[in-house]
Amino acid sequence: MEATLQMKDIRKEFPGVLALDSAHLDVRKGEVHILAGENGAGKSTLMKILAGAYSRDGGTIVLDGQALGPMTPRQAQDLGISTIYQELNLIPYLSVAENIFLGREPMSKLVPGKLDWQALRRDAQRILDSLRVAIDARSIVRDLGIAQQQMVEVAKALSVQARVIIMDEPTAALTSQEIENLFRIIRDVKRQGVAIIYISHRLEEFAQIGDRVTVMRDGATIATLEVQGTPLDELIRLMVGRELSDYYPKLQVDRGPELLRVEGLGRAGVLQDISFTLHEGEILGLSGLMGAGRTEVARAIFALDPMDQGAVYVRGERVRLRTPRQAIRAGIGFVTEDRKGQGLVLPLSVGHNITLASLGLFTRWSRLNLGRERAAVDEYLDKLRIRATGGDQRAVDLSGGNQQKVVLAKWLLSKARIFLFDEPTRGIDVGAKIEVYSLMNELVKAGAGILLITSEMPELLGMSDRILVMRRGAIAGTLDRAEATQEHILSLATLGAA
Amino acid sequence: MQVTENAVHPTHLPRAPRKTFSFGGSLGALTGLVLLCVAVSFLSPHFLTTRNLLNILQQISIVSVIAVGMTFVIISGGIDLSVGSIVAFTGLVMAILMKDHHVSVWMTVPIGLVCGSLMGLMNGLLISQLNVPPFIATLGIMSIARGAAFTISGGAPIFSLPESFLAISGHLGPIPIPAIVMIALFCLGGYILKYTKLGRYTYAIGGNESASVLSGINVRFHKLVIYTLSGCFCAISAILLTAKLDSAVPVAADGYELDAIAAVVIGGTSMLGGEGKLSGTLIGGLIIGVVNNGLNLLAIPQGPQRMVKGGIIILAVVIDLLRKRKGRSK
Repeated sequence: MEATLQMKDIRKEFPGVLALDSAHLDVRKGEVHILAGENGAGKSTLMKILAGAYSRDGGTIVLDGQALGPMTPRQAQDLGISTIYQELNLIPYLSVAENIFLGREPMSKLVPGKLDWQALRRDAQRILDSLRVAIDARSIVRDLGIAQQQMVEVAKALSVQARVIIMDEPTAALTSQEIENLFRIIRDVKRQGVAIIYISHRLEEFAQIGDRVTVMRDGATIATLEVQGTPLDELIRLMVGRELSDYYPKLQVDRGPELLRVEGLGRAGVLQDISFTLHEGEILGLSGLMGAGRTEVARAIFALDPMDQGAVYVRGERVRLRTPRQAIRAGIGFVTEDRKGQGLVLPLSVGHNITLASLGLFTRWSRLNLGRERAAVDEYLDKLRIRATGGDQRAVDLSGGNQQKVVLAKWLLSKARIFLFDEPTRGIDVGAKIEVYSLMNELVKAGAGILLITSEMPELLGMSDRILVMRRGAIAGTLDRAEATQEHILSLATLGAA
Repeated sequence: MQVTENAVHPTHLPRAPRKTFSFGGSLGALTGLVLLCVAVSFLSPHFLTTRNLLNILQQISIVSVIAVGMTFVIISGGIDLSVGSIVAFTGLVMAILMKDHHVSVWMTVPIGLVCGSLMGLMNGLLISQLNVPPFIATLGIMSIARGAAFTISGGAPIFSLPESFLAISGHLGPIPIPAIVMIALFCLGGYILKYTKLGRYTYAIGGNESASVLSGINVRFHKLVIYTLSGCFCAISAILLTAKLDSAVPVAADGYELDAIAAVVIGGTSMLGGEGKLSGTLIGGLIIGVVNNGLNLLAIPQGPQRMVKGGIIILAVVIDLLRKRKGRSK
């Protein structure tokens, strides 16, 4: 069968990073083509190029025999390439019909400039009915559930006579019943001759819905295979198959006494029965797919989110933490995933960011001793080798790696012993990454314990002493450093069993 | 940490010399003020006299005291529209106590301070406990306080207040007392911003609220304090205003919120929060005062005066924005 869509030798460079290099994809009419790979393998980048959201630095795209040049998202859409992103792109306060025809509303033939509401509703309802979904075109999108909103997105894609529909993890937020329903619709759409590119981390879905699968790794296409007849572990091997580089300067530290124990931590609909211990000198990896609840565990421990059930013990003593302030007092520090949004106060100086959680140290008779504060700032600038012109430089002007070190300095100064690291090396360059790893080593050597949440497999395997794998808000398994492999972790994270 | 030696360059950039004193972002405003003074003194021989300059200080003191609280509020990322109404209401409460109930001045002044603080506390409660956006919360309190002022006074002005109260608006030697109060409050506010946790947290909350929560700052409590402080400064302003006019009227201090915000903004404080200085606000207040004074000396009527004032606010912010953009492109 002839390919509807052919992407060849696609290259994409970001400043300092080669995101895609020789990525290929060919998709046939009327097939569900699965795009698989680890986080950061380049799937999303490739799809954004196809949708016109990114420009490409090399390679060709041919759609139904027509070579496509550089295009805007709008042009891609007009060519029949529709994308359904994980974060849905509907306007919540408009009706379903208005959303489906947004920007292409049928106009009245009698009164210029007036919408033809009747035609709008009728056409929208017709598309919805053809999908056999029970949604009224007049209902307001905000009132619909996530699954229904997704159906509206599908209807929207069909309304533009899509030739290719890209679906990015469409089932991430759905219940199994809703997934069934979505799959039925996907099969219907497929029968209409539309090609569907389906991105998913859930290996168990591949056989249910996919015809062929393309595996990507490190920005390149590794293989394209028929889903039927390809065993799962073969797929996992292809997705992972990378040699670990040696730049994880993991230090073997003797495990000390227990620092943190979490028992039966639960939060309705988010986390269930999370239990683990963290010891002095230990780096405990926390793995799982996006949305598995890793960050939520850290947030609950740090008292940012309330917990419905469970208990937290610090050095064997039960603590009831209700505010981050209390968590900090208990010796916990949280290096968040979103450095700029949550870690730093960007307009403040580097020094003021470092001391923000420990101003009490410099306060006497409620007066800040600025001299002593400055001395402490200088000490930490040196200790962590933060490259700044001085404590007065604004945090916003530092590089990502140095910003991350400022966040670390904040928690070191607050005397944290339990460190929650959420994607600590995201978006920072390799040199700074190694420095962060070295700092982690220094920390555990000095008797701290680290909970390391990371999506980067090599980092997880390279730095962790033990690894917890989460799946759908629960712990699917615990692996020792010796027994942990990427295959192991991935199958626990996706299938729930090793 | 030998591992890292090869990977990074541990050399430090030279540290900038520490500045002992700086006007920071308000340097542009200071230049503007000096230029303005030079210009006005050429246009009018009456400008550069001790008496006139002290007169300017007296005139700006009432709004500038409000602007001290407003600076805190705006640095914390908020806005307080209710200040003018709180001044009017508090002034009336005090006048009624002294006039109708013969309460002594020594009792009335503290009661006034508590009254203004309570109004500010209401703003703070709405904003920090119920998460009402500051613009809306203070807009509501603005109307409520103004309405309360009309209600308790029956719409009529109250005058002939005790001599000992009016003395607040007098002079200490040649210097007007309100100007002294104003300078003292700027010093106090500057001290709080620089040398206390409250001040540091004000900047942090305005710069990034969620990072502040994550750093263990009790954001709700500090917002409450900041708005209460703003209300308290309004009460001080009400004392100065009522003593100066020897009367309290429900329409008093109309539009002062805009003058106070203008002083803060001209002084280089960012409306986005997280940045700003009280020295800038003082200069902003002086700029407005000098412009008003100069236009009065030149006998220019109210209408054009207001137009000029509006132009200066816009000009000040545009210059600031252009300067920042230039700084960034370097």
